[in-house]
Amino acid sequence: MRVAVMATCLGDAMFPEAPRATVRLLRRLGVEVEVPEAQTCCGQPMVNTGYLDEAVPLVRRTVEAFEGFDAVVVPSGSCAGSVRHQHRLVAERAGDPAVADGVARLVPRAHELSELLVDVLGVTDVGASFPHRVTYHPTCHSLRMLRVGDRPLRLLREVRGIDLVELPRADECCGFGGTFAVKNAEVSVAMGADKARHVRETGAEVLVAGDASCLMHVGGLLSRQRAGVRTMHLAEVLASTADDPAGRA
Amino acid sequence: MGRTFVGMPPFPTAARTALADTRLRHNLAHATGTIRAKRATVVAEVEDWEDLRGQAAAVKDATLARLDEHLLTLEASLTARGATVHWARDAAEACAVVAEVARTHGVDEVVKVKSMATQEIGLNDALAAQGIAAWETDLAELIVQLGDDLPSHILVPAIHRGRAEVRDIFRTRMAAAGRPAPTDLTDDPAELAGAARLHLREKFLRARMAVSGANFAVAETGTLVVVESEGNGRMCLTLPEVLVSVVGLEKVVPTFADLDLFLRLLPRSSTGERMNPYTSTWSGVTPGDGPQEVHVVLLDNGRTRALADPVGRPTLRCIRCSACLNVCPVYERVGGHAYGSVYPGPIGAVLNPMLRGVGTDPVTDSLPYASTLCGACGDVCPVAIDLPGLLVHERIRVVDAHRADPRPKPEALAMRAAAWALGDARRMSLAERASGLAGRAWRGRGMPGGRRALSWLPFPGSRWTGARDLPVPPAESFRAWWRRTGRDEGTGR
Amino acid sequence: MSARDDVLAAIRAALADRPDAPEVDRAYRTRDPLPPGADVVDLFAERVADYRATVTRCTAPELETAVAAALDGAPRVLVPDGLDLEVPGAVVDADLSATDLDALDAVVTRATLGIAETGTIVLTHGPGEGRRALTLVPDVHVCVVRADQVVPGVVDAVAALDPVRPQTWVSGPSATSDIELDRVEGVHGPRRLHVVLVDG
Repeated sequence: MRVAVMATCLGDAMFPEAPRATVRLLRRLGVEVEVPEAQTCCGQPMVNTGYLDEAVPLVRRTVEAFEGFDAVVVPSGSCAGSVRHQHRLVAERAGDPAVADGVARLVPRAHELSELLVDVLGVTDVGASFPHRVTYHPTCHSLRMLRVGDRPLRLLREVRGIDLVELPRADECCGFGGTFAVKNAEVSVAMGADKARHVRETGAEVLVAGDASCLMHVGGLLSRQRAGVRTMHLAEVLASTADDPAGRA
Repeated sequence: MGRTFVGMPPFPTAARTALADTRLRHNLAHATGTIRAKRATVVAEVEDWEDLRGQAAAVKDATLARLDEHLLTLEASLTARGATVHWARDAAEACAVVAEVARTHGVDEVVKVKSMATQEIGLNDALAAQGIAAWETDLAELIVQLGDDLPSHILVPAIHRGRAEVRDIFRTRMAAAGRPAPTDLTDDPAELAGAARLHLREKFLRARMAVSGANFAVAETGTLVVVESEGNGRMCLTLPEVLVSVVGLEKVVPTFADLDLFLRLLPRSSTGERMNPYTSTWSGVTPGDGPQEVHVVLLDNGRTRALADPVGRPTLRCIRCSACLNVCPVYERVGGHAYGSVYPGPIGAVLNPMLRGVGTDPVTDSLPYASTLCGACGDVCPVAIDLPGLLVHERIRVVDAHRADPRPKPEALAMRAAAWALGDARRMSLAERASGLAGRAWRGRGMPGGRRALSWLPFPGSRWTGARDLPVPPAESFRAWWRRTGRDEGTGR
Repeated sequence: MSARDDVLAAIRAALADRPDAPEVDRAYRTRDPLPPGADVVDLFAERVADYRATVTRCTAPELETAVAAALDGAPRVLVPDGLDLEVPGAVVDADLSATDLDALDAVVTRATLGIAETGTIVLTHGPGEGRRALTLVPDVHVCVVRADQVVPGVVDAVAALDPVRPQTWVSGPSATSDIELDRVEGVHGPRRLHVVLVDG
């Protein structure tokens, strides 16, 4: 099957480790991977801030870029959520049947990484090795928009050598919230500080999540606090093997 | 004249002030944590909870779809059972009806059941302006009223106060309003409740007129329902001669039988109990039992504005349980005052813009942004209001209302610029190359894992780096890596 | 235009899209609200007690003794018309004022039904239960419920009740959680609720 990787704008420009690890992981599992070069951004930052008109060209570009693949994998809960739950709204605003049809074709093919692995490829043991103490933060849009449930944890539990410790109050939001992080920076930081405290309480070396954006926020706080905790995308841990530690390309 | 929300700053500014109050944050974290745990326990007892939510939503949607018919049925049933029905377009009209009833009976005081509708219309101040004292009788409302304070929660308006603060308010303020607090009053909640009992009992026994709201109004039978805990509601609904109930248009349900959903959903969502201590129902006047003159004021005050928006219409399903406040991580940290309304939290962030309209008042326009869109609110709502979806809907309405502004906000300009830069892969690629070059020039300090981090940026970047490091942009973007090597790597090409 | 005409016109204008009224699936009414294997009357007793109300169980011949014991020597006990019980210190309600009621120590009534799911008693204020003020102002409420009056769930209760009669649903003594969400029993309504449950 041909799977297209939606790198996401943040993954492309700021956290290329995540989409790179996604490519390597899927290839290791024997999947034919493509990266449509016309892709840019799914439009989520605009929609979530209320700028629906501004999201129209981005959604149009996204549906065009991902036409024709068997599946689209998104290493981000919130971007996958945007495609699945918000693109219809943007298509309605666009008033263009071509966009609406494109969205209707894209939505059933778009999968967040853990969904693709568990539901589409049917694997939980991806052959990864990661001998570190890890705690996992289930990001809000993975948890409550996509309802990925325990899929990421099922994948992590199969990783060789991992010491997976439970994060207290794991299902509580980290406080990132897209433009919320700057529009209401003080509240965002207060929430993130509590999340960072819970992370430190676990004694984990690595905080893992399926969204680079949330990791940027909590990781930024942990770094400022000199907490010595590293943040990694779920894809990086799953791509990591004994021969190729931490999945670095 | 009590304090009002009028003139308060928009959410981000008010939230900053609230966050700095460590005692407030402690009180809120403790209280919301307690109620969340209680709710989770009693909701888990109900196996078909999700189905009940869905059916309750359907009852409400079906009622709203024929709201005019149900209200006319309600009016006819109430009238047939001896009640007088009034209609009010707005707050001022509703307050005038209540004041007129008071004047007719020559009373200079009324006792009040806790009611969001009367808070919303500012009834107490309106009555005070006519020389009529309105005594709040719910314990939390009493704490707010005596403290010349503002409510900060739908169910527990004094949630921001700790027990020691309550004791101080009772000690210093009760005497001016009636029976003073005992001189040896401690901060034990049972003793504080006992002081409220004594203070209010003389008012209950004396009062000739009461004002209430209603949790539900049954169209078919003209039955009003008040759900409460302390018995202050029963006192007000039973002892006085005259009762006026101010009821929002959306409180109507078609039949008494429909209550078998709401009386299961509301208490478990609200106080986290299987059932609240007292629920009272009455249908107009009952000869020989309770008030012999009964008035009902049907209140619009923006509800038809909300009804007119097919997307936002489900907001009117709300039964004011406050479960969404209790799970909201933003509410937990800043409390209710920052929302500048008697309706705080996620429901307030949607309902206030729906009731008031958007595009004119900066406080209202700031509310839909008072959320990370984490979705916890939507999951607990007993009438399945899609709160995260509606928060986005309200943001869109706010932005659209400002599209014709002669001077666009910096945010609007930034969004347009971002949409342009991201609108094309070539433009995005150029921007990435520029940021990669800048990243190489920046030293930053090391983060665990090897990335370097920025700890300072000029405004507006300082909104991020004030408390958070930001990784230096990578030298090579993902798309550049893909072109250089990723496309062929490991594929044998 | 009157406020009534204006509001109705605004509603009709708001509903100009003629939204569909969704069907409500009432299958929930057929589901058992109780934990598997639970006995309705036992569960009722347990859940009333969960609210820190006192529950006494007795047989019909023991009822008057049980009520007297529940009253714990209260000197002046209010009774409604139609109670049909011998109560020590009984004062029959004869249009007593609220202040008169406030001077009494306790009240004894019957109930219309009990709900096991929630531990609730429902009064409809007819004979044996009295007008609403009687069970409100005195500080102690002793309520007699027959086992055959206990229904499984809220659904059953709503179906059985006459909406036109005033109702008071009572779940434990009056309570508040308004201070730090710390639950305190006993505010304005009776601070003590004693349910006497008559088996058989």
